[in-house]
Amino acid sequence: MSNRRLAPAAEQPESFAFTPENADWARGQIEKYPEGRQASAVIPLLWKAQEQNGGWLPRRAIEAVADELGMPHIRVLEVATFYTMFALEPVGRFWIQLCGTVPCDSCGARELKDMLHARLGAPGHVSADGNFSWLEVECLGACCNAPMVQINQDYYEDLTPESLGRLMDDLAAGRPVKVGSQTGRVSSEPQGGAATLTDATLFDGSRVGAWRQRFEDKSKAEGEEARGKDEAASTEARAASEPKIAKPDAGRAVERPAADAPAQRAADGDAPTKAGDKADADVLDSPAKRVVEGEPAGAEAGAQSDLPRDAVPPQPEASGASGDAPAAEPSKPDAAPSKTDPAT
Amino acid sequence: MLADQDRIFTNLYGLHSPGLEAAQKRGAWDGTKFLLEMGRDWIIDEMKASGLRGRGGAGFPTGLKWSFMPKKSDGRPHYLVVNADESEPGTCKDREIMRHDPHLLIEGCMLASFAMAAHACYIYIRGEYVAEKHALQRAVDEAYAARLVGQDNVHGYPFDIYVHHGAGAYICGEETALLESLEGKKGMPRLKPPFPANMGLYGCPTTVNNVESIAVAGTILRRGGAWFAGLGGKNNTGTKLFCVSGHVNKPCNVEEELGITFRELVDKHCGGMRGGWDNLLCSIPGGSSVPLVPAEQIIDAKMDFDTLRNLGSGLGTAAVIVLDRSTDIVQAIARIAYFYKHESCGQCTPCREGTGWMWRVMLRMAEGRAQKREIDMLLDVTKQIEGHTICALGDAAAWPIQGLIRHFRPEIEKRIDRYSANPHSDAVPMAAE
Repeated sequence: MSNRRLAPAAEQPESFAFTPENADWARGQIEKYPEGRQASAVIPLLWKAQEQNGGWLPRRAIEAVADELGMPHIRVLEVATFYTMFALEPVGRFWIQLCGTVPCDSCGARELKDMLHARLGAPGHVSADGNFSWLEVECLGACCNAPMVQINQDYYEDLTPESLGRLMDDLAAGRPVKVGSQTGRVSSEPQGGAATLTDATLFDGSRVGAWRQRFEDKSKAEGEEARGKDEAASTEARAASEPKIAKPDAGRAVERPAADAPAQRAADGDAPTKAGDKADADVLDSPAKRVVEGEPAGAEAGAQSDLPRDAVPPQPEASGASGDAPAAEPSKPDAAPSKTDPAT
Repeated sequence: MLADQDRIFTNLYGLHSPGLEAAQKRGAWDGTKFLLEMGRDWIIDEMKASGLRGRGGAGFPTGLKWSFMPKKSDGRPHYLVVNADESEPGTCKDREIMRHDPHLLIEGCMLASFAMAAHACYIYIRGEYVAEKHALQRAVDEAYAARLVGQDNVHGYPFDIYVHHGAGAYICGEETALLESLEGKKGMPRLKPPFPANMGLYGCPTTVNNVESIAVAGTILRRGGAWFAGLGGKNNTGTKLFCVSGHVNKPCNVEEELGITFRELVDKHCGGMRGGWDNLLCSIPGGSSVPLVPAEQIIDAKMDFDTLRNLGSGLGTAAVIVLDRSTDIVQAIARIAYFYKHESCGQCTPCREGTGWMWRVMLRMAEGRAQKREIDMLLDVTKQIEGHTICALGDAAAWPIQGLIRHFRPEIEKRIDRYSANPHSDAVPMAAE
């Protein structure tokens, strides 16, 4: 977590109001979301407020956005302090965010950082001429063009301390600069041009529609042989002969309640060793179960006591508690993940 | 090497126009109505047959995920939410899709929404991608103007698509945090269940998919699940955008078959390893969340989900960070630890406190200012964070450090020895200080 606070009172402006055109724009944003869900527009509106206020968000702007959306002030303060792109203190005319995460770090971001330190001083301070302020931020998502910085809204990539220095000189002097790669790359292709995507037929439209052949062939074949074996059937056949692991656990943790918990075993019909396990089994997954049973989703914890204590929640037939869940799963893709399916 | 005609993202590098007309010449929006008329079940079956595994990091089968949505609406609307909050360090593929091939994404949104009976789709794009947001919005406007999407469109399926702009929080890439953020709250992950397929955005059935998973859908449906499944290997099918960064001669994004070897990927597309193959120290093959893999194991490994999992790592988002022998690996992992400290949302104690603790210990270890027994203590703490948080950020913070200790423990010990062999005026502090 990062510690983020509002700017001191001395720097806060007296008032804030959207300009008429920004207010119109804000109304357009609110319309994107369903009736009564105008809070969804809070981030776009804060963005606009920040833009209008010279790149940072004062308290008054946060409150104005809250009033516009009918939200309590604290909810919008929470949002403004949570998201790191909202600058809570004044920034320079050119706000430099230097990516310092590993791909950039290993490609020279540290030299850029030293250069910014030498030229502008400590991060987070506006330079004397009001032109620059800088901060090291986390991955900006242009890793193939490392190292890079974001200045206001634009990315400048493939930098060296020299090219960043020149860039800053040009910006300060109001000269035009080139956004993106500073070494002549178009985007993230290999330096000097890519060896791939060179086939001209990809781009002249001559391949459009070629895929329809597949469907024509298929309908012809079906007419001749009347196999009655469509794509879906063959998929099922294939799934039977070579089952794929339906729930690979590579990458992030998967959505899976503890399948081998005592309460789960009790719910599956095993004799509980402790009376408490049985009681736990009765209320297993109760919020989701309440929804399934059509009870209001917002029912508080007290509602659990209304459940019959001896009722066993509905369980899918193939239980994941035995540990062979992956093989059992493809055969019942209809199982809604919210139900008390231990394998899900 | 993957043949050009099997590439899905034909304008990956932005050498051609991202506009509608050019996109249609490249095959986007070609026969979308025909595909929709094949029906919902056909689309989902075809996606399942393709074996496409989600491209956002977890690798969950996309077709299966789509089939989790309720078949019939119970009165609540269904939503498709596209996760374009690309912030995993090393990953920069969705950005290229959104600014160079946005129509593939928009068409995919239409097809996926139809398959899940959703009439509205939100694309949540990360705050830093301002230019990409404008590019995507331009493409959406074009699609509306051409009546490809909208309430009254040529496809006869009412469908609205909105671009929502975030504000810079890595955690919003977690699907439930993204939904919270989309609802106008702090991006703090929700407990599951209920899963989004039952209660997602605004309490309605919602599916959250990565940009790449959605953008490939149109091409898969046109050319067939069997075509996609024919690329790559069993259980690791199709093509994938690899983002190769770090110490290669020419870092780049490239679309390749899953299962290409690390060596081939780097030699064919990235101009080889900087300083030759002997100079490779290790690679972080799936974005900063996955454990590193040392040179001798990664060099001829197939880049796919299962191979990398068996190496104790993961494919993640296929953001391949290559590090050579000039890298201070302990410092690099300490930097990653700082990233997770910075991005922890603060909701769960093990993550909020643990990420900061791990970072501080890692900083000392990078200097050697630590005790050897603290290495095991650190490992123990990572195990206590892993799996004890609502979302996977705790795991993601723990894994890089576990990978470091697994493969580079002698390096850490060497530093501690070197530090303690020299006179220092300050006492060596304990872990908790």
